[in-house]
Amino acid sequence: MIFSLDLLSEALIFGVLLGSFYAAVSIGLSVSFGLLDVPHVAHPAVMVLGSYLTYVLTTYGLDPIAAGVVLMPAFFVLGVLIYRFYYESFERRGTDAGVRGLAFFFGLAFIIEIGLILVFGVDQRSVSARYIGSSLALGDYRIPYRMLVAFGVALVLTFALTLYLSKTFTGRAIKAVAQDEPALRLMGANPVRIKQWAFGIATGVSALAGAMLIVVGPVEPAMDRLYIGRTFCVVVLAGLGSMTGTLAAGLILGVAESIVLMFLGASWAPAVAFGLLLVVLGIRPQGLFGR
Amino acid sequence: MKYWITVAVVLIVAVVVALVPVNEYFFYAAFVVLQFVVLATAWNILGGYAGYVNFGTGAFFAIGAYSAVVLFKWLGAPLGVQILAAAGVSGLLGFGVGLLTLRLRGIFFAIATVAVTFMLETVMVNWRYVGGATGLQLLRPPVTEPFDSYTRMLFVVMALLALVAISVARYVQDSWIGRGLRAIRDSEEAAECSGVPTLKLKLFACTVSGALMGAAGAPMPMYLSFIEPASSFSLNYSVSALAMPMIGGTAHWIGPVIGALLLASIQQIVTVTISNEINVLVVGVLLVLFVVAAPDGVLGLFKRWLRSSR
Amino acid sequence: MAALLQVSNVSKHFGGFTALAGVSLAIAEGERFGLIGPNGSGKTTLINCVSGSLRNETGSIVFNGEEVSRLPAYVRTRRGIARSFQIPRPFRTMSVLENLLVPSAYVAHLKDTDGEAEALDILRKIGLAEKAHAPSSALSQVELRKLELARAMAARPKLLISDEAMAGLSGAEVEEMLKILFALNQAGITIIMIEHIMQAVMRFSQRVVCLDAGRIICEGTPASIVQNPEVRKAYLGA
Repeated sequence: MIFSLDLLSEALIFGVLLGSFYAAVSIGLSVSFGLLDVPHVAHPAVMVLGSYLTYVLTTYGLDPIAAGVVLMPAFFVLGVLIYRFYYESFERRGTDAGVRGLAFFFGLAFIIEIGLILVFGVDQRSVSARYIGSSLALGDYRIPYRMLVAFGVALVLTFALTLYLSKTFTGRAIKAVAQDEPALRLMGANPVRIKQWAFGIATGVSALAGAMLIVVGPVEPAMDRLYIGRTFCVVVLAGLGSMTGTLAAGLILGVAESIVLMFLGASWAPAVAFGLLLVVLGIRPQGLFGR
Repeated sequence: MKYWITVAVVLIVAVVVALVPVNEYFFYAAFVVLQFVVLATAWNILGGYAGYVNFGTGAFFAIGAYSAVVLFKWLGAPLGVQILAAAGVSGLLGFGVGLLTLRLRGIFFAIATVAVTFMLETVMVNWRYVGGATGLQLLRPPVTEPFDSYTRMLFVVMALLALVAISVARYVQDSWIGRGLRAIRDSEEAAECSGVPTLKLKLFACTVSGALMGAAGAPMPMYLSFIEPASSFSLNYSVSALAMPMIGGTAHWIGPVIGALLLASIQQIVTVTISNEINVLVVGVLLVLFVVAAPDGVLGLFKRWLRSSR
Repeated sequence: MAALLQVSNVSKHFGGFTALAGVSLAIAEGERFGLIGPNGSGKTTLINCVSGSLRNETGSIVFNGEEVSRLPAYVRTRRGIARSFQIPRPFRTMSVLENLLVPSAYVAHLKDTDGEAEALDILRKIGLAEKAHAPSSALSQVELRKLELARAMAARPKLLISDEAMAGLSGAEVEEMLKILFALNQAGITIIMIEHIMQAVMRFSQRVVCLDAGRIICEGTPASIVQNPEVRKAYLGA
């Protein structure tokens, strides 16, 4: 293990870029699990589905990020349907919803993963674009353009969603339903429709997240399991319900993983997210900015 | 008493069958089915009785297998000792994961089991003593008399483990422990306020569940003369161990047995007639179907049919 | 005479929100104690701190001479603190009788046969005896409330906390519940009643305390509480 300041600062820069990517990828979960309390362990699987659909669209000549944006409305509808189904089958019935809800999402994730294997095979897929493959030279450092693109999209996405939730009427209704559903009902709003809408947005965002995922690196069907660790780590570390916390938590994870990657190698990097998650759950389960 | 007589009879039948000239394929298939009976029954002790979902059965299973390998390679331990050690290590793992996350909501325990699967697989892939990513070949000692082959002997061993698992599940279910677990599942807060030591009971169920899963894994290396991370930590174990009780019925120890017999048989048929990937997809689809439409599983459907035909 | 329950300077915060701010009260053995206050005043939080569902951040809670604030809820139940829940939480997959067998096994440490006898006795006193073997998921609202109390009773408590057991019930049903609580008190159980139904609290309690925004604003006999202007302000916001 060669420890040098140069390597460390390179790891830090890469970590910040990676971290904001992780934040953007987790923000959908911040809404569906953090705010709406849905045990959505299939969130990464839906995102990976987005990656593969992005791949398909790029074979028609579309830019990957553009493909992600194009997929967003379709994924919004998908999210609404998933939530509706979940609500009708589980949340409404009350008893046992916890176990069965979890089993349902686990089953869904599994079906998506196997479905992708059947259609695309187990090999990795990647996309090409002008910004993939070349790097920006900044002094002594070389920063891959694709990371910068992901970084940019991530920042825009995170701020857009945070603004939406705090400034717009529906956005604030979503936050309200997370905090005090009975009060919301008394005001005449329908919590189910609000939650449905929120879940749709969270899933729509996942489409773009999936596009970023395949821009940043190749994807394979089994990646959703790894990302369960990363997304839940970010959401829990941020504190359930905190949007701004997501960015901070993402950065922490990104930097931590980057340093481990640099000094311990690629085989240990995936363990960082899960390890960090277990540590946070053990010593401060409410996260940094928890409700 | 009737129960124990049945157990003894089943065991004797198993031994007799293993000594009789029957197609070897039967023992292979039966070994796999019995393995799933143990895994499903073990899963249900925590998942069905207490309501805490384990997504990482593969990890407990694999650690059992690897513990057996370590003990065999290091001390030349016989199979019985391997199984006990495997149960001990996996039980400890269950206790550790439980201690860390059973105080929290169910979803965090579930995710912790995914975490543990990931991390342990990484450790095994990097540990050269047990063969790392490429795996390890094992030189097996000669088969114990009076069995002809490892397949037959391990079939009997697995049958014994299945009976042990079912007996443990039955005991837990019918005892005051089972009542406490059910109270936890129905309403943990009310259980705590009714004097139930919720954390202790959950830890107990988690440890026992893990230990049985580890025991199920121990015969695998002897069975294959080989061990490697990819197949030991296979997602199929985790999904099946969850699907089988959910499909069979989680309220009673017979549910996971029904689920395992049903699903493992379907899996064998589909793998042979269609493909392995479709087989795995079928498990997932059936899981979702049952969880949504028949929450009490086959057992529940059967009870409803009984009531309506009366 | 030493108090059965001594709450001293208990505080509890949720993030930035102060639910309880230095609450102190003492309840004597055998007393009928009423706890009132508008929604969000901290009544249930206080009860949760006493029963152990929540941990108080400051202060102490002494029950029967023992400091209990660090003890988990199930230990406190075994020491003699029982509570019912505002929104009933029956063990849905169990029958009414089986619901009572849980505390009977875990608190009173009774074997099932003895536990059943005692449970049936409790159910008779409370008026649920015919439903003993019915699934708890099939009960009506008032029956669920009774089950909550019955289950608390099966834990052989010294102190019983009734959390809004009468909310939403008809006049006759409120009378039924009051009769049960009076009878329990006659049998020697100290009772804390949290209620919004004023006439019930005033008839039942020997002493009443009013909470508002996490603080005690008034303490005294039912008659004095009803006339207190602070209490009126808290409820009517005038």
